[in-house]
This record gives sequence, structure tokens and C-alpha cells, in this order.
Amino acid sequence: MTSDKTQKANNRTLAILATVALLMFGFGYALVPLYDLICDVTGLNGKTGRTDVASAEAQNVDATRRVKVEFTGHTDSGLPWDFRPLVKKMEVTPGKLTLVKYYARNTGAEAITGQAVPSVAPNKAATYFKKVECFCFSEQTLQPGEEKEMPVRFIVDARLAQEVDTITLSYAFFNTDKVSARKYGGKEMAPNHEHDHHAKAHEASSDVPPINNM
Amino acid sequence: MSAHDSHPTGLSRWLFTTNHKDIGTLYLWFSFTMFLVGGAMAMIIRAELWQPGLQLVEPHFFNQMTTVHALVMVFGAVMPAFTGLANWQLPLMIGAPDMALPRLNNWSFWLLPFAATLLVLSLFMPGGGPAAGWTLYPPLTVQGGMGMDFTILAVHILGMSSILGSINIIATILNMRAPGMTLMKMPLFVWTWLITAFLLLASIPVLAGAVTMLLTDRHFGTHFFDAAGGGDPVMFQHIFWFFGHPEVYILVLPAFGVFSQIIPTFARKPLFGYTSMVFATATIAFLSFIVWAHHMYTVGMPMAGELFFMYSTMLIAVPTGVKIFNWMATMWRGSMTFETPMLYAIAGVFLFAVGGVTGLMLSITPADFQYHDTYFVVAHFHYTIFAGSVLALMGAAYYWIPKWTGHMYNETLGKTHFWLTMIGFNLTFFPQHFLGLAGMPRRIPDYALQFTEFNQWSSVGAFILGAAQLLWLYILIKTVKGGEKATDKVWEGAEGLEWTVPSPAPYHTFSTPPQVR
Repeated sequence: MTSDKTQKANNRTLAILATVALLMFGFGYALVPLYDLICDVTGLNGKTGRTDVASAEAQNVDATRRVKVEFTGHTDSGLPWDFRPLVKKMEVTPGKLTLVKYYARNTGAEAITGQAVPSVAPNKAATYFKKVECFCFSEQTLQPGEEKEMPVRFIVDARLAQEVDTITLSYAFFNTDKVSARKYGGKEMAPNHEHDHHAKAHEASSDVPPINNM
Repeated sequence: MSAHDSHPTGLSRWLFTTNHKDIGTLYLWFSFTMFLVGGAMAMIIRAELWQPGLQLVEPHFFNQMTTVHALVMVFGAVMPAFTGLANWQLPLMIGAPDMALPRLNNWSFWLLPFAATLLVLSLFMPGGGPAAGWTLYPPLTVQGGMGMDFTILAVHILGMSSILGSINIIATILNMRAPGMTLMKMPLFVWTWLITAFLLLASIPVLAGAVTMLLTDRHFGTHFFDAAGGGDPVMFQHIFWFFGHPEVYILVLPAFGVFSQIIPTFARKPLFGYTSMVFATATIAFLSFIVWAHHMYTVGMPMAGELFFMYSTMLIAVPTGVKIFNWMATMWRGSMTFETPMLYAIAGVFLFAVGGVTGLMLSITPADFQYHDTYFVVAHFHYTIFAGSVLALMGAAYYWIPKWTGHMYNETLGKTHFWLTMIGFNLTFFPQHFLGLAGMPRRIPDYALQFTEFNQWSSVGAFILGAAQLLWLYILIKTVKGGEKATDKVWEGAEGLEWTVPSPAPYHTFSTPPQVR
């Protein structure tokens, strides 16, 4: 039968390997900041850069160049807001601060808080598109019927690769409150109460889900 | 401790057993049950796809079938089946009296039925089971009813079982080898399992992390994958496939080990290139951790990323090719006979190579944009997982069952099972290559009219394949109950310690370790 020596070796192996498994579980979580870091450095996912007024004004202006910037925006289905850019496109000079505005109006019957998530295409322009001021830096609350012009002050870094002549800035506006989002037609992200499941069950069984896999 | 065959009988024998052979048997029957459950779901899928339009099941239920079929087959059938083989065979092959951690072994197994119950129960929850595909991509999986929570917890428990099982396997191989059984004398099945166990240990905890994030996103207000809260759904795909790609080698490396046992036996020649086989296995294992994003070429990666993942993926063909050529060289000028296990091994190698070639096609980034999420992918991974892993499992069952039961299986029935499986499998999945190339998307209950004929071939094939497995069940039960007495060596060309013990293998073997020269 198994000798004491083997038994000891087995227990040691168990301890080491269990530690490895725990560390790998931690590694799974470590991938989250690592992912954000890689996206920040490379501009993947169109996450935009951010800067302050002083360093933006200190930038070199490349007056010989024009870059076309297009603006677009949409709301998630759970956010009953009118939301659109006031200017659809414009030509900017790299290195010069530019101000544009988006328009939003709450068509819902109650105060709603939303969060806008920006994205820039193409990816390689993302880190060169820097914002000084943006309504996406914080949550925005609109009273019922309230309308608002929301500013974005940005600068296109003059070091932007020469072959990029068009940049598209897009915002997706989400309802931050899950209950309210569900009320206005969006699917909730996290069911909070036990009875919510039943509500959902009806939804799932009565509606034929849309077929739009592609 | 005596070497007598005394042990509790009835239910308590199986509940409390710490014997590696009992636990191996439990694993194998459990996985066979799940194989039939997952197979039944595949039959529903193929029945619905018999003709275009919606006839048998609702689309939402169809989506649950594709999702749960995959989860059941991967986590419930193939992985536990190989763990069952490991339990039965590893101690016998390295001359150990049992697994290193027998009580942990009992627990690893008994986690499984509970996990499987949770997973299957999810289908009966309000809102149904998971329907977002086995890859569990958000945002769909942060929506949905509590069936999704059942699934997440089932994946947790299945993963726990796999981690404990792999710790046990590593401890057994590293600490329990008979005197003289050096690492480079170990049979290749032992080697592939050692490497697989390390893959499991490194990748399953990452999956556990990913589904835990899903769970906390669903219920505890975190925003890992919620864009509104600053998270990113694409990040899930990266974390999932960091687990998911090693996972496919977890499913197939032990199968390579099985091929490497069976082919030399029936070619009556030692395995060609033993050392290169070991290193090829280790190379595949290493590469599996740096190719994950080839599952997600279409999410929008920079050119450098696409190129890196394309080239690293293609690189895997090199060690895999080494293995295939080694098996061919083993057979070359051997005195081959074609008993059922050998048929399965040859077919497995050949059809796995077909899956490997379509894998190379898929690795080419620009081509993948056409193939992505089509039936071409479905055909590809069934040629690797069914032809690689499941055919190896069938071959392994025929190869070792005389040692387990002391009875020979019926050769005619075994060969019938083989040919029915071959016809059924190829008829099911070969036309799916064409469907995919023509643009039929996967995971959709309906399709365009022009795909009807190939889908009908595929459905007929699936029904043959399904029926053939009932024959397998009959053969297995018949062999357990009786049959021609097996000799200790069983096969003329068999080499290795497991063939030195009597057939059936007594309850306790190698209580005194054998001396390996």
C-alpha cells in the first residue's frame, strides 16, 4: 500500500496544484485590467483619449491639414430619449480645440439618468482623438420633457497618421437604472427580485424571439 | 491492507468507493448517460432541420437545444469519459496500487451528477435554459431567466470536478509510478493525460472566473460586460477563449494518447517516434494558450493581432502533423489486423486529419470572415471532437473492455457498430461543409430553400448515428454480462503493465509495485 513517503509527496503535490488553480482563477480576473490597459494603449475598441485644456492648447497646430470628423449617436432601447448630434460632420484642423454639441430630450414620464459610451472609428485614430470636455464623462439626468444641449470639446492630435482623413465619433446612450430600462422596453441587465423571473418567463414563452443571429 | 476483493456491496459500494476501478466505471457510465442525453438533443436539432420553416420546436427551444447539447457533450460526456479512462488505466499502466488521492477521487466524481442535474434542470426553469450558445456570450447571458444561473453554477461544479480530477491525475503520475517507470518510459496515454491535466489546471479556473463575472453582472451590480457601466462584452470573448482553446486540446490530447496505445498493438510494432510524440503533445499544449483570438477574428482586431493569431494557429499544424505522420509510420510495414479498436483508431486519425485541414482553412483570417458562424465551423469541430475524441473513446472502450470485464465483446457487433457510426457520422457532417460554404448560418432553426437537400442528408445521417449508439449500449451491457473469456494479454501485440494483470483486473492490483526494466 501507499508508503508514508508517497503520502507526503501526494499531499505536497495537492497543495501546490491547488495553489496553481487558485492563482489561475485570479489570473482570469487580472485579465480585466489587462484588457483595459491594452485597449488604452492601442486604441482598440475605439476608446477615446482624454486630455486637459492646458495641454490641448499647447499642442502643435497642423494648419496644412484638414480631417473630416463625423458624429453619430443612438440610444439603447431602454432609454426613451431623443438623442442626436447637432452637427453631422465637420472639417477640423489637427491640433485645434473644437466644440460640438449633441441634443437630448427626455420623452419619458419621469426623470431618467443615462450614461453615454463613446467609440471612435477607425481604431488607429482613437488614441489621437482627445476630449477635454464631454457629456460622457459623467451620468446625465433629464427631467420629464427636459431638453439639453450637451457639449463635446475635443482635439485631434496632429500626430494622427496621414492616411486617416475621416474619423467617426459615435455615442451609445444607456439607461443606468435597470428597472427603468426594462420599463421602457430594454431588457434588464440584472433581475433584482424573485418575481422578476416570472415576468420574464412570460415574455420568453409568449414572444417568438427574433431570428437575427447573423 | 489486504489484497482481497472484499468491499461493501450495493449502493454504498458506489457511493463510498475510493477504488480507482470503481470510480473509473462510475465516470464511464455517467459519461455514457450524458452522451445519450446530449445525443437526444442533437436528434431534436436534426429533426427540426429536416426541412426549412419552423415545424417541430419553437426557435427559443431550438436555441436551448444547441446550447445544452454542446455543454452536455463537452463537460458531461467527453471530459468525464477521458477522466474515467484515466482512473481505470493510469494506475494499471504505471504500476500504482490506486490513484494518489482516493477520497478526493470519490468527491471529484460525485460532484458530476449534481452538476449535470442542475444543467438539465435549467431547461425546465421559467424562461427556459441557456439559449445563447455554449460559449455563453454576453449580453444575451446577462439577460434571461434563472435557467442561466443554473447553468453558471453547473459550469462551476463541473469545473471544480475537473480541477480536482486533474490534480489527482498529476499527483498519481508524478508520485506513484512503479520503480523503474521513468517519465520517458511511460505509455503515451499517460503522457498525454499528464499534459492534459496541466491544461485543465491552467484553463478551467479562468472559465470559472469568466462565469463568476457573468453571475455578478447578473445579480450583484458589477459591470464587467455591461457597456453602460464601462464594461465590455468583447472582453468576455477574450477571457472565454483563453479557456476555450486549451479546452479543445483537453478534449483531444487524451484521444491522441489512445491512438498511440491502440495503433502499435494492432500494427505489432512499437510506436514510431515516441520522444517526438511527447514533445509534440507538449508543444500543442503550449501553443493552445496563444491562439485564442482565432475564434473571434470578426470582432474587429487590428491587422497585427489578426496576423499574430493566424500564424500562431497555423503553427499548431506542425506538431499535429508530427503525430499523424508518426502514427502512419507506426503502421507502415506492420503486421496489421483490423479488430474493432484498430478500426476506430485508424478512422479517428484519418477523420481528425480532415478536421485539421478545415481548421487550417478557418485559421486564415480573410477566409474566416466567410466561414465564421456558419455550418462549416460546425462540420469542422465535429470532425475534430467527434472523430478525434469520441471515436478514440469508442476505440478505447473496445480495446480495454476485455481487461475491465474479463469478457471479449462480440467482434461482429463491434464492427457493425463501427461501420454504422462511420456512415452516420460522415453523412451527418460532410454535407455541412458545403452548407457552410454556401452561407448557412449555425444556431438557426430555419434555412433558405436551397439548403434543403444537404440538410436532409445530414438529418438521415444523424438518425443513423444516433441509432448506432443504442447498438453500442447493447454491446457494452452484453460484454459486461458475459461473453468469451478474455486472456490476460487480450491482444497478441499488446505491450504494457496493464496486460500483465489477470482479466478481469482484480479489485486491487499492484499492491506490491512491479519492477519495470
